[in-house]
Amino acid sequence: MKIHEYQAKELLGAYGAPVPPGEVAATVEQAAAAAEKYGRCVLKAQVHSGGRGKAGGVKLAENADEARAIAGEMLGMRLKTNQTGPEGKLVRKLLVTPAVEVKKEFYLSVTGDHENACLVIIASADGGTEIEETARTHPERIARVPVSAVEGFKRYEGLQVSGVLGLTGENEKELISLLDSMTRLYREKDCSLVEINPLVLTVDGQLICLDAKVTFDDNALFRHPDLKELRDTDEEDPREYRASQYDLNFVSLSGSIGCLVNGAGLAMATMDIIQHFGGEPANFLDVGGSASKEKVQAAFELLLSDENVRAIFVNIFGGIMKCDVIAEGVVAAAREMGISIPLIVRLEGTNVELGKQILAASNLKIIAAENMADGARKAVEAAAWTGGDGA
Amino acid sequence: MSIWVDGNTRVIVQGITGKQGAFHTEQMLSYGTKIAAGVTPGKGGQTLLGVPVFQTVAEAKKATEANASVIYVPPRFAADAILEAADAGIELVVCITEGIPILDMERVKRYLAGTNTRLIGPNCPGIITPGECKIGIMPGYIHRKGHVGIISRSGTLTYEAVKQLSDRGIGQSTVVGIGGDPIRGTGFVDALEAFEADADTYAVVMNGEIGGSGEEEAAEYIKRKMTKPVAAFIGGQSAPAGKRMGHAGAIISGGKGTAAGKIEALRAAGVEVALTPDRIGDALVKSLSERGLLEKCRTN
Repeated sequence: MKIHEYQAKELLGAYGAPVPPGEVAATVEQAAAAAEKYGRCVLKAQVHSGGRGKAGGVKLAENADEARAIAGEMLGMRLKTNQTGPEGKLVRKLLVTPAVEVKKEFYLSVTGDHENACLVIIASADGGTEIEETARTHPERIARVPVSAVEGFKRYEGLQVSGVLGLTGENEKELISLLDSMTRLYREKDCSLVEINPLVLTVDGQLICLDAKVTFDDNALFRHPDLKELRDTDEEDPREYRASQYDLNFVSLSGSIGCLVNGAGLAMATMDIIQHFGGEPANFLDVGGSASKEKVQAAFELLLSDENVRAIFVNIFGGIMKCDVIAEGVVAAAREMGISIPLIVRLEGTNVELGKQILAASNLKIIAAENMADGARKAVEAAAWTGGDGA
Repeated sequence: MSIWVDGNTRVIVQGITGKQGAFHTEQMLSYGTKIAAGVTPGKGGQTLLGVPVFQTVAEAKKATEANASVIYVPPRFAADAILEAADAGIELVVCITEGIPILDMERVKRYLAGTNTRLIGPNCPGIITPGECKIGIMPGYIHRKGHVGIISRSGTLTYEAVKQLSDRGIGQSTVVGIGGDPIRGTGFVDALEAFEADADTYAVVMNGEIGGSGEEEAAEYIKRKMTKPVAAFIGGQSAPAGKRMGHAGAIISGGKGTAAGKIEALRAAGVEVALTPDRIGDALVKSLSERGLLEKCRTN
């Protein structure tokens, strides 16, 4: 689960991290009032995306009048960053925060090292840029310090980080205290990332978290009911949000072939084989191992709500889930929703013959596929044909 | 022969009285798996499907001398269930549960490093030695006894591979699903080592996918140590970066973990890589033919 910068800063602040003051503004008036208080200030668009600065989502205002003008432009705009895609994200809120005089910028984060089953602190003296970029161009400037998930952070681990960042004296103590805050937050709230980029040293010698990003492990949210209210569903892809309510694994993509598959591995492989035959998948969708008729119907609803979808490919390997159950779900959904685009179905596995009979007896226009490759090929052809027909 | 499970494996089902646990216990029993005991806290003393139910794994092991366990408990209790099995001295723990918090698995992985317990999973279909022992949720009937080992990160894609082999008359020695989570017990290299050492396995199929570096490490091992032919498929060639594809471990981050990188590493190690999932069987047949092993691997 992702949260906004202002929420991440509030959390970090509660754990003792040096976050700057700030106010959230949903209107021009609120932004101007905050600017009145701070004087020279920065207005930051609150959307779930990185790369906001380059996209025009972070602006400096010299005074309240300027803040008012900038807020008027930013609120309600669609911010297009390198992570949002061409449609961008609607800016509903701004964070107004006092401007600071920066002497030096650093990168600092805590995340999971899955290969070694521990946490890792990642630090670099090159702050402000994307860490992936630094990793590619100057890997030697990045320090990775492992931290035990069981024992937690220890002071000597912090000394390795301060060495890399070149921080000494009071600043070194502040850094170690910040790392303690970040790792405690990470372990206590089941985070998957706590990132400060940039962490800055101001001209008057203060260490400040100028930006903050915190994400959580979705699988652990059950033990943090307090985090639920931080979820902002406005920021999520509407269809991915609906899918999550039906407990379906769904990822929205930009192609024209809707996919309905059981199992994540097979769902990924289905996207691959569609692309292999020259088509583009509209989505990743895993209905799971125990899909009910209702789940299959919900899945169809999701696929059909995407106007780019010109054909649907159902690819099922029935193991414990029986093909006849899936076939009944497909037939019921096709009838009740009046599916008008080509529907290609490949069934394999338990009770496959029964499943095929149910599809054949339905009198629906279902294109049966012999195997996965045949199904993918037929789906690609059907999508191209309906596309060319202007349907 | 086979790896890790055979006709002598005696299994404890953790969470046997739950809906999933009870259903799959019945399936495993009908396949012929020796289910020695079940465990559900609060239900010790009962009997289910003729299987005695105990309060704890330690009690179940003491009473039945079981040497393996399979876990069907909900995610919030699963890490504890794995640790309980390890503390009871169970040699092989198969965890089917999907959705265990990452921090729990970091704790479990560290703990198991100091024990003799092998963990398979979590978030996996389980392990099967055809005709002898099925532990997990896979449909037993698609398998046939034979000489090819299969290692896979996915469930249904494993079944695809198994069926493609069985349809070509090629049986399996053992099929192991290592799971779709980023932190797992047994990895590709562990399973490759075991298959390399198993006299009855002549070749291996591995199904990998995007995310992590398990496939790259496998390629390194194959290049240096593996004498048996390996065929592979890597899922997620069309997946966009930064998006999680269903499995918690299936994500490309910072340019690492791409399908292209994994395919390149495996090819450089001499692995026959199928470009599409329907070609897994063909890829294996090709590498078997090249080594003159095809007839030896046909079971009829």
